[in-house]
Amino acid sequence: MSRRKYYVLALVVLFGSFGNVLMSVGMRRSQSEGVSIHNLGHLITAFANPWVIGGTLLLIGFLVTYMTALSWADLTYVLPATSISYILIALLGQFMLGEHITGMRWLGIALVTGGVGFVARGRAHTTQRERMEEAERRSRD
Amino acid sequence: MDRQDVYTWGLIAAVVFSSTAGDVLSAQAMQKIGDFGKLRERVGIGGVLAAVTRSGRFLFSIFFMAISFFTLMMALSWADVSLVVPATAALTFLTNAVAAKFFLYEKVDRRRWIAALFVAAGVALVSQ
Repeated sequence: MSRRKYYVLALVVLFGSFGNVLMSVGMRRSQSEGVSIHNLGHLITAFANPWVIGGTLLLIGFLVTYMTALSWADLTYVLPATSISYILIALLGQFMLGEHITGMRWLGIALVTGGVGFVARGRAHTTQRERMEEAERRSRD
Repeated sequence: MDRQDVYTWGLIAAVVFSSTAGDVLSAQAMQKIGDFGKLRERVGIGGVLAAVTRSGRFLFSIFFMAISFFTLMMALSWADVSLVVPATAALTFLTNAVAAKFFLYEKVDRRRWIAALFVAAGVALVSQ
C-alpha cells in the first residue's frame, strides 16, 4: 500500500476523533442551555455553537476521507485499521475534557491496538478476481 | 426480561442494523466507483464528486446512517450510555464483518476475524 493511502487512513482517524471531541464539547456547553431529546428545538440553536460548527466540519472531512479509503480498501480492513480513533478519543477525553481512564479502558485500548496491528499486517484489498470467484462459488452452492 | 429491556435491545438492534446497512451500501458504492485517486486523474475532482452524488447506493447509505444516528439518540434517551454505546459499537464491528463476507464478497480470513473480535472487545471496554 502506498504512503498516500496511509495518510488517508491517518486523516480518517484524526478527523473522526477531533470531530467527535469538538461535538462533545459543543453539545455539553449547549446542554446547560437546555438541549435534550425531549426538546429537539434547542438542537437547532446548538448548531450556532462554534465548537459544534467546527466538529461538523471535521466530521464532513471524516466522511470524505472514509469514502476515499473505501474506494481502494475493503470494509473489513478500513474499520479495524481506523478503530485507533477510539483510543485517540479516550486520550483526548482525558487531556481535553478531564475524563478519567480506568484500568478496564486501558485494557480495551490494548485490545484495540492488538486488533489494529493484526489487520494492518494483512492486505488492504481483496482483488476483483477473488471477489468474482467467491460470487461464482456461492452461486454454485 | 421486562418491557424496558425488550425496548432497549430492540433499539440497539435497530442501531446495529441501520449502521451495518449504511456501511455496506457505502462500501458497495465506492467499490463500484473505484479508486478516487485514479478517477481524479481522469475526470478531476468535480468528476469524482459527481460520481459519488449520482450513486443511488451512496444516497441510500446516507439515509441508513441518518436512521442509525436517530435510533442511537432514542436509545440514549431510554437506556444507560454505558450499555448502549459499547453494545452498538462492538456488535456493529461483528455484523460488518459478516455482512462484508456475504454482500461485498470480501475475503474475511482468520486474521480479519481475529482483528474484528479484538477491536469489538476493546471498543466495548473503552466505551464503558
